[in-house]
Amino acid sequence: MKIVVCVKQIPDPASPYQLDPESYFVVRPNDQVLDDTDRYGVEVALQLSDELGEDASVTLLSMSPGGSQQGIRQALAMGADGAILIEDETLRGADALTTSQILAAAATRAEADLLIAGTESTDGYTGVVPQQVAEIMGVPALTFARKVEHVDGKLRIERQTQAGYDVVEGALPAVLSVTSGVVEPRYPTFKGIMQAKSKPVETLTAADLGVTAKVSQKIVSVEEVEGRQAGDIIEDDGEGYLRIIEKLEEVKVV
Amino acid sequence: MSKNPIGPGTPDPLDFLNIDDELSVDERLLRDTVRQFVGDRILPNVAEWFEEGSIPKELGKEMGALGMLGMHLDGYGCAGMSAVDYGLACLELEAGDSGTRSFVSVQGSLAMFPIWAYGSEEQKQQWLPGMAAGDLLGCFGLTEPDSGSDPGSMRTNARKDGDDWVLNGAKMWITNGSIADVAVVWAQTDEGIRGFVVPTDTSGFSTQDIHHKLSLRASVTSELILEDVRLPADAVLPGVAGLKGPLSCLSEARYGILWGAVGAARACYEAALDYSTSREQFGGPIGGYQLTQRKLVEMMVAVNRGLLVALHIGRKKDAGTLTASQISFGKFDNVRMALEVAREARGILGANGITLEYPVIRHMNNLESVITYEGTNEIHTLILGQAITGINAFS
Repeated sequence: MKIVVCVKQIPDPASPYQLDPESYFVVRPNDQVLDDTDRYGVEVALQLSDELGEDASVTLLSMSPGGSQQGIRQALAMGADGAILIEDETLRGADALTTSQILAAAATRAEADLLIAGTESTDGYTGVVPQQVAEIMGVPALTFARKVEHVDGKLRIERQTQAGYDVVEGALPAVLSVTSGVVEPRYPTFKGIMQAKSKPVETLTAADLGVTAKVSQKIVSVEEVEGRQAGDIIEDDGEGYLRIIEKLEEVKVV
Repeated sequence: MSKNPIGPGTPDPLDFLNIDDELSVDERLLRDTVRQFVGDRILPNVAEWFEEGSIPKELGKEMGALGMLGMHLDGYGCAGMSAVDYGLACLELEAGDSGTRSFVSVQGSLAMFPIWAYGSEEQKQQWLPGMAAGDLLGCFGLTEPDSGSDPGSMRTNARKDGDDWVLNGAKMWITNGSIADVAVVWAQTDEGIRGFVVPTDTSGFSTQDIHHKLSLRASVTSELILEDVRLPADAVLPGVAGLKGPLSCLSEARYGILWGAVGAARACYEAALDYSTSREQFGGPIGGYQLTQRKLVEMMVAVNRGLLVALHIGRKKDAGTLTASQISFGKFDNVRMALEVAREARGILGANGITLEYPVIRHMNNLESVITYEGTNEIHTLILGQAITGINAFS
C-alpha cells in the first residue's frame, strides 16, 4: 500500500507571525518547521506501514514555495521513506482550492492508495483541504479520525463528532484526516536524523503536475481580533451551582 | 562603512545572538528532539526524582531508543553523530537536570568510550550494542576515597595470578555505580594503570550507595568495593596503559559538561526572566527595576557567551583540531558561569527560588557537583595555567 502523508511546513509557532503589509500573506522564513498537527498523520502512516510490512511505503507530500526542507527532514527522521516537495513561486499565497488541486494531482501521480492529512493547519486554519482533495480525486473522505484501523483492505475510523463519535468505513483509495488525539507521535531517532539526509526528496513544480496555479482569492484587509471580554463572576451564595448549570445550558454543553 | 546595514528589530530574549543561525537543519532537529524528550519525560518528573533521591533505571532504555547513549561513537549500535550534536544533546538534557545529563555522560563518554577506543573486538561486540540500546548500563571507576584530583595516587590494584587478574580496592563517587551492569575500573598494575571491564555480577564486586546528598539527587552515586575480584586475562582493555587512558575518557566527558552547563544556566535564566516579568511588587513587575534588569542582562550575556564557547569548541572537535586544555577552558568557564547564573536566578525568585516548584535551586545545587567532578574548577585553572606559562603547578 502506498501511503502519502500531507505535511505542511510553517513558520515556528514559538516566534510571532508577521504579515506582509501589501499581500497580507504570512511572512515565511527560509527554514520552516513541521506543523505539529501533521506529526499525527505521519505517525498513523508509520503505524499502518509497520503493520503491513514490506508491502507498504510512506511518502511525504508538501507544498512549499520557499523550498524549506526542515519540516520535511523531521518527518523523514521519524521514519517516512521519501518526500515529494512542490516548490513553485507561482504557488506563493495559494488559496485552499489551489492547494487541494496541487495535492490531489501529486497524490494521483504518486499512485497513492491512502492520502493522510491533519484536520487543519496551524498557520492557515481553513480546515477544508482534505475534503477538497478527496472530491477532486473522486475518492472517499474519512475525516476527523480519532482512531484508525485497517480491516480487510478497508479503512475503519472513529470520526470525532461534537456528541461523541461515528464509526465510518471506506474503501481504498481514500483520503483520511486525523485529529491530534489519534496516536502518540514518535520522536525522530538520532539514527533516523542521520538517515533522513539521504532519503529521496523529489522536487516538482505545478507545471510538472499539469496544474496551472490560478489564485482566485485575495485578502483585502486584515482586522485585529476584538479583545476578549472579561468573564462573568458568579458569587456563590450557596446556589451558585444553579447559575453555572444555566450558563452551561445557554452554551449548549449540557 | 560596512556594506551591510545594521537592521532594526529586537532579538529573541532566549537566543539573543541568534546562535540558532549557526546550526544546521539537522543540528536543530536533533536539538529540538532532545528538548521535546526533556519536556515530556524529564521536566514533569524531575522535581519528584530529586526529592526522592532517585532516577528511574528505565530512562536508560528510552534514551537508548532515541540514540542518545554513545551517540558520538561509530558502529556497534551507536548513532555516529558529530561532537556538536552530542554537545547540543547534553545542553538540552542538562536544561532538564544535571543528573540526566550525567547519566548520559557516564554511559557514553566514561563507560562506552574506553571500551570503544581501547577495547578488544570481543569486548566491543559484547558490551557496546547493549549499552547503546540502554539495556546494559555502565559506570566508570577512577576516583577513590583518598584519590580525587590526583588519580595517579590510586590504591586500587590488579595483580596477575596465572592468566587471571585479581582486583582489590575501592572507588568512590561513582555515578550509576549500583545500577550498572558493567564497570570500567582503573587499577594500578606492574605495567602502570590499566583499565578493566568488570561485569558487576562478578564475585567480590559490591556497591554501596551514597546517601544524604544535597546535589545531583536525581542521580545514583555509589561506592564500588572490589574484594579479590577475579577476572579472566581478556578483561583488561588492551589498547591503553597509563593515566592517559582514564584522562582521555575525562576529556570526552568534560566536553559534554561544558555544553551541559550552558543548559542549566539557560534554564535558570529563563526561569528568572519569566518570573521577573510576571512577579509584581511596588506596583510593577520586578523585571522593571534596575537591580533586576542588571541581573537579567548579566545572565543573558553569560548564557550566550557560554554557548558560543561551547559551539566553538565543538566545531574544533569535529574538525579534529581540539586540544584537551581547550576543553578545560570550556569546563572551567562555563560551569563557573552556570553556577553564578543559578545563584543570581535563585535570588530573583526570592522565597520561591528555594522550592522545587521552580528549577533554579535544583540546578544551583547540582552545579556544586558539576563544578567539582570531572576535574575541579581548581584543577582546570592549573591545566590552563600550565598551558599558558609552560610551568606545571601540580608538581
